[in-house]
Amino acid sequence: MNNRLANWFRFASPQNFYRLAGRLWPLFAVLGTVLAAIGLWMSFFVAPTDAQQGEGYRIIFIHVPVSWMSMFIYLVMAAWAGLGLVFNTRLSGMLASALAPTGALFAFLSLWTGALWGKPMWGAWWVWDARLTSELILLFLYLGFMALQAAIDDPRRADKAGAVLALVGVINVPIIYFSVKWWNTLHQGASVSMTRSPSMATTMLWGMLIMSIAAWMYAIAVALLRVRGIILERERHADWVRHAVE
Amino acid sequence: MTAIGWRGVFMAVVRREVALAMKQKGDVLTPLFFFVIVASLFPLGVGPEANLLLRMAPGVLWVGALLAAMLSLQRLFAADHADGSLEQMALSGTPLTLLVLAKVLSHFLLSGLPLVLIAPVLGIQFGLDARSLGVLTLSLLLGTPTLSLIGGIGAALTIGVRGGGVLLSLLTLPLYIPVLIFGAGAVEADAAGLGISAHLSLMGALLLLSCVFAPFAITTALRISLE
Repeated sequence: MNNRLANWFRFASPQNFYRLAGRLWPLFAVLGTVLAAIGLWMSFFVAPTDAQQGEGYRIIFIHVPVSWMSMFIYLVMAAWAGLGLVFNTRLSGMLASALAPTGALFAFLSLWTGALWGKPMWGAWWVWDARLTSELILLFLYLGFMALQAAIDDPRRADKAGAVLALVGVINVPIIYFSVKWWNTLHQGASVSMTRSPSMATTMLWGMLIMSIAAWMYAIAVALLRVRGIILERERHADWVRHAVE
Repeated sequence: MTAIGWRGVFMAVVRREVALAMKQKGDVLTPLFFFVIVASLFPLGVGPEANLLLRMAPGVLWVGALLAAMLSLQRLFAADHADGSLEQMALSGTPLTLLVLAKVLSHFLLSGLPLVLIAPVLGIQFGLDARSLGVLTLSLLLGTPTLSLIGGIGAALTIGVRGGGVLLSLLTLPLYIPVLIFGAGAVEADAAGLGISAHLSLMGALLLLSCVFAPFAITTALRISLE
């Protein structure tokens, strides 16, 4: 038991994790690519045309996975940041910073694809729907996190300050979500229901799930790659980095 | 420390903040004038039509108050950080959380409360009736302490950071959204005859929640910034 624990903490050292991440990221990248290929094939050729929305609905195979991932990554980021704050491990903060750009990208893509979907379905690029609004606020939270870390020169302080902000954000996300939801139901009229047709074809569901896992694998691969960069940058004065780069 | 006790320290910090603000009245008055100017710009921008202004009034006044409260946040820790008294507070035997709470309370007294008091005057300009003015004042009274508490986290995180002011707004404004929604919503709900108890209860809940969590977050953030 003790041995296994020691083994796990071995990877808390940036030097060891650098090597582990180097071995792991191609694996996740390949998995992500293969799953994305299968998922895209299913979503374009296998899934049936929707009875109400026609072919335009097919954007949900991108839209729903990126929306899920944008929320999930925020939680994972906050968890790493919190771990870093509690255990004072350097790597946790680096992982949180590595996840933030991917999460922000997914949140942005979610809004973008949502707009592309909304235009033919609702006739508007943007409506002040509760989900859209809270996704927008999630993007703001990501941007705030990244801006704060970018503004602080000392990386350790940047990690910790970012961690406090991420944790405050996590407490706030449900509050923001419900407040926006209630605000939306109060302002009736402009709201357009986002509820999809209740019965979804199984192939649609499978396509969406596979695409979600593909997005997940992509996020892990990119975060690992990015954390390698961050490790090199921060440990550039260490001997092992000089050997690793050579 | 036991000579005056924690309550004495708390009151001393509040008195010190108020005394400092009274020496530099501009610090208190500038955000207030900002609020007045922002609220006056909206009718100039959208036109003087009475119905439209009446409809917009709760939102405009709340957003204005929110921005004004945010402007004064930088003042919360910046001066004490610059002259080193913040470090002395962190080193003193008194829990930093208590001192932080005293500073946040003084921030509310010096920047939140004046906004609450001037809002009805601006509300009259927008044609709100007496009842709505009362609800607006009540919602601001419940909301501005929450703004000070949440904003304190952002202020503590951005001490001595490049571009602190703009960064502070980027961090704080998204977290202000629930307060804005329920605050402005209370006035609108009252105008629509829906009753205000739900909105005000939720704002009270937000206040209690931030009273419990924000001081600890601010303390942690301060210790990180002072390292």
